[in-house]
Amino acid sequence: MVLEKEHMKNVDAALTAKNLNVYYGDFLAIKDVNMAMKKNSVTALIGPSGCGKSTFLRCLNRMNDLITSASVRGEILFENLNIYSDNIDATEIRSRIGMVFQKPNPFPKSIYQNIAFGLKVNGFSGDTDEAVERSLRQASLWEEVKDRLNDSAFTLSGGQQQRLCIARALAVEPEVLLMDEPASALDPIATLAIEDLVRDLKARYTIIIVTHNMQQAARVSDETAFFMVGENRSGYLVEHDDTQRIFTNPSNVKTEEYITGRFS
Amino acid sequence: MASELRPISDQLRRRRTYRRVLGGIFYGLFLASVCVGIVGLVVLLYEVLSNGLPWMNWQFITDYPSRHPEEAGLFSALMGTMWLMAMTALFTVPVGVGAAIYLEEYAPRNILTRVIEINVANLAGVPSIVYGLLGLALFVTWFQLGRSILAGSMTLSLLVLPIVIISSREAIRAVPDSYRQAAYAMGADQWQVIKQVILPSAAPGILTGTILAMSRAIGEAAPVIAISALVYLTYVPAHPMDRFTVLPIQIYNWIARPQDEFRGLAAAGIIVLLVILLTMNAIAVFLRNRYQVRSEE
Repeated sequence: MVLEKEHMKNVDAALTAKNLNVYYGDFLAIKDVNMAMKKNSVTALIGPSGCGKSTFLRCLNRMNDLITSASVRGEILFENLNIYSDNIDATEIRSRIGMVFQKPNPFPKSIYQNIAFGLKVNGFSGDTDEAVERSLRQASLWEEVKDRLNDSAFTLSGGQQQRLCIARALAVEPEVLLMDEPASALDPIATLAIEDLVRDLKARYTIIIVTHNMQQAARVSDETAFFMVGENRSGYLVEHDDTQRIFTNPSNVKTEEYITGRFS
Repeated sequence: MASELRPISDQLRRRRTYRRVLGGIFYGLFLASVCVGIVGLVVLLYEVLSNGLPWMNWQFITDYPSRHPEEAGLFSALMGTMWLMAMTALFTVPVGVGAAIYLEEYAPRNILTRVIEINVANLAGVPSIVYGLLGLALFVTWFQLGRSILAGSMTLSLLVLPIVIISSREAIRAVPDSYRQAAYAMGADQWQVIKQVILPSAAPGILTGTILAMSRAIGEAAPVIAISALVYLTYVPAHPMDRFTVLPIQIYNWIARPQDEFRGLAAAGIIVLLVILLTMNAIAVFLRNRYQVRSEE
């Protein structure tokens, strides 16, 4: 029944995981995840530490390829193509499925150069100045930095740096944006700015966001997927539904226990 | 009411005294170890300066060696050293940085890689005369390069390559992984990540290691003696295939002379060599500090 439901969502899915298993060496990190992530909406991945939600996120744009011991079984469908099939180029996938990390990680370059980097590596031939401005505007950072584009990115505050990283990811014009706890290193005000931004961005992008913060998941996401640590410390998907439903009337008792803070 | 410390037992008090004394002894020993190095350097500098300074003048730098101490200079050796340093850098930097990039970014984590890594570290400890003899057999004789600057610089390249490889690897490893991740996540391929993210970030560290390696190379006498022999040159090499001499050999030549005056010349030669070495090391330190300040911004 669950599969059937996932299948129905497939119609407007940006990304679909099918029978996804991820190993680190012999260790099964994620067990058998089936899940469809809706286009132009925000999907939150929640769950306790070690449940594999970040691992799952990194599968979605093949960032796990960079970890030698990691191997992925199953499929991730992106526009009906399995991104793990042999004829798919991981770099192309990553330019279409962007990523923002837990800690702001701007390059030790100027604000301008940080944005221009992604354009350059993807062979962008248009007007770089314009693309930089557009990306910074999308990340609600333009007004704050327009007079200091040539300053080092390290002169920005943590929250600004993270919005710069979002702008940098958007400059490449991806269709999907993966966010791995993007606000966990930020103060509450900077966190709210990121959350506002996420809500704005979903009009144009599909966003998948990992978060440790229940309230954040409730505030920003349309759908929520709850992961748990199962037997042999393997992570698995417990349930995936509308955020509203997950937070008010979850179908699984484990979800309810987690949401209400009865265990961590 | 003044509070008083709880009285402690005699045993505890004795142990505390013991520990304090022991701590003091080790503090003294470590301080003494530092002083040995510093005193050694000060004595060396004093000796060299007091013997060599009277012989230091512009003519000493610009003149060729001579049998007459007052006319002797080290121009040919100085130019030989410069030639050798430049050509050694030419060979060492691309090969050393390339090897470091391969080992850090491309090499699979397997036994072969481990063996290569261990051997690179071991090569850094091989005595330099061994490299000299290798260069003599390989470059001078087999490749028929003769006793040329080319053969000498290739030999010194082999000698300092491990240093450049190891320091470049450290510089590359010090590039935060988050930069790599960010670049890959934007669709960069491996070469783009290396060229546009890793190398620019690692460049100051690589440069520092290279400068230190070059200062090691120009201070070496043994391998150059094996390649070039103790020649007495009164011309400046103009071509990579020319014969050459270098400062350490010139210094050795003068020290080996029976006349006292030549010892003064040797000391003056040492001053020149030291000035070059300390300048290079200062540049290396400067680069390192500048880089650290920048990365902490």
